[in-house]
Amino acid sequence: MRTCAESFDGYILRSLGREHGERLLPRGLDITLCDQIFLIASGLIWNIYFAALAIGFGFFLATGVALAKFSTNRWISRPAAGFVFFFRGTPLFIQFFFFYSAFVLLPRTGLDIPLGFTTLSIHTAPLTTAAVGGLIVLILNTTAYSAELFHGALRATPKGDLEAADAYGMTGWTKFRRVVWPNMLRLAWPSYTNEAIFLTHSTTLVFLSAFPARQQSGEAFYYARYFVDQTFNPFIAYPLVALYFILLTLFIIGLFGFINIRLNRHLPRERRQRIRFRPQYVR
Amino acid sequence: MFSICTNPALLPDWQWFACYLTTGTHFAFYRSFLVVILLLAVVAPLALAMGMAGALALRSRFAPVTLLGRGYVNLVRGVPDIVFFLFVPIALGQGIEWVLHHLYCPDWDQPIRQGNDFIVCREARMPPVGASAWARNVYAFTMAAIAFSLVFGAFIANTLHGAMQAVPRAQVETAEAYGMTRGQAFRRIVMPQMWVFALPGLSNIWQILIKSTPLLFLLGIQDAVFWARELGGAKTSLFAYPHPDWRVWYFMALLLFYLFLTWLSERGFTALNRRLSRGQSTAEGERLRKAAA
Repeated sequence: MRTCAESFDGYILRSLGREHGERLLPRGLDITLCDQIFLIASGLIWNIYFAALAIGFGFFLATGVALAKFSTNRWISRPAAGFVFFFRGTPLFIQFFFFYSAFVLLPRTGLDIPLGFTTLSIHTAPLTTAAVGGLIVLILNTTAYSAELFHGALRATPKGDLEAADAYGMTGWTKFRRVVWPNMLRLAWPSYTNEAIFLTHSTTLVFLSAFPARQQSGEAFYYARYFVDQTFNPFIAYPLVALYFILLTLFIIGLFGFINIRLNRHLPRERRQRIRFRPQYVR
Repeated sequence: MFSICTNPALLPDWQWFACYLTTGTHFAFYRSFLVVILLLAVVAPLALAMGMAGALALRSRFAPVTLLGRGYVNLVRGVPDIVFFLFVPIALGQGIEWVLHHLYCPDWDQPIRQGNDFIVCREARMPPVGASAWARNVYAFTMAAIAFSLVFGAFIANTLHGAMQAVPRAQVETAEAYGMTRGQAFRRIVMPQMWVFALPGLSNIWQILIKSTPLLFLLGIQDAVFWARELGGAKTSLFAYPHPDWRVWYFMALLLFYLFLTWLSERGFTALNRRLSRGQSTAEGERLRKAAA
């Protein structure tokens, strides 16, 4: 039997690959409680990686898509609305399968896209890994959900604020940056917080679908499921992973709550948007 | 299925596809879409019942019941539901076997959990030893349906509780002034009016429920995802219908199926919302009244 310290050394970074700790995962009767605690915790590295990058990229893309959907030009708004409709109307779980099987079909050697003056070559091999391909699916998915929230907020921008901006002679980029965008964020922020939580929980689906966990390096829920398969006892690993996710959720609420206070700092207290925790998990 | 299908290698394109798409395994694939619909049909009323019970528990004046309701709703909503979908069937399965074991084999002297094994006596196995594959599937499906109902029941309980609170308080007070009991006021005044407030939330939950049905695959049920993977994978010339990797097309079909389902539900809920708004003291109800007059 390993001691707790040995489990910590062997497994706390194991999710990064077999070079970072024990080569093999603990098996059968060899599994200790500490193994479960540390290996599942190690999986959180991937959950945080997926969530942070997907939210980071998705935030900017979603702003763009929301503006496109809000555009009065139909050639711009229709494709954006179609994108949002497609990704919100289908299960993320199947989106993973779909994109994985599409990525697998791309030529291994890479794609060469002639641009006239130069040739753009894309390495396609990383697309079939969870770290890149899975991340792309998550980015597209959160972009669609966030764009819908931002679009709703754009429609709810106070008319008075827009008129005030016009009165000051603001146009274009200045008006967007100083009036439209802060208002959009302020109005959408409570729901966007829930979207961030929601997305973090969805990262559990990456390795459960088509994307392979190479060298058995996966995220927290992948390991929890591994332990339940090994020990046939769901009463330790699943509550553990649930606990970790509750902690992660609380962290997100704290972080986003802090931003929310900043976004609302110019308003009188009673008009401020409050964050309410109302996640709706599966997408 | 067709008489021409005896030797598919010799067939021209469209006939090849006609034969290919009507093989036995493809019919299993088509049936798995019905499994999705069946799951929705089973879970929706169960979850609604769970939700109603939960909402009533939240409203109860008896503190332990309120606490129970609150515990249920918050626990399920606070934990990723995928954990519940995988936890509930296995935990429930072991629970049932444990109870049966103590009923049928009281003089069994060995512990049930030996190391990493969960051992109960032969009579206590569920599904019973020697059960048909069909019975096993039904058992797995039932477990999945219970897990789904538990999770979505908690979501619905929260929505329904909010909707009950949203019915104007003055109306309940009027009912009490007429001498109705709490139960009567609830049945006659709150119940008929709460749905219009609950509908946006319920429609949201319904869409989420639709989109969570592919998780059946993780519970080892041969659902649409399972068959799409099986049928789409590359088939060598050993098979009657050899083809390269077509999974992307199968998953595309699945995506379109779900897209259609969510689109249809959205239209359905819009219509239902109009219908329920009739005669209600809300903006939409007022608009409908003016349009009719």
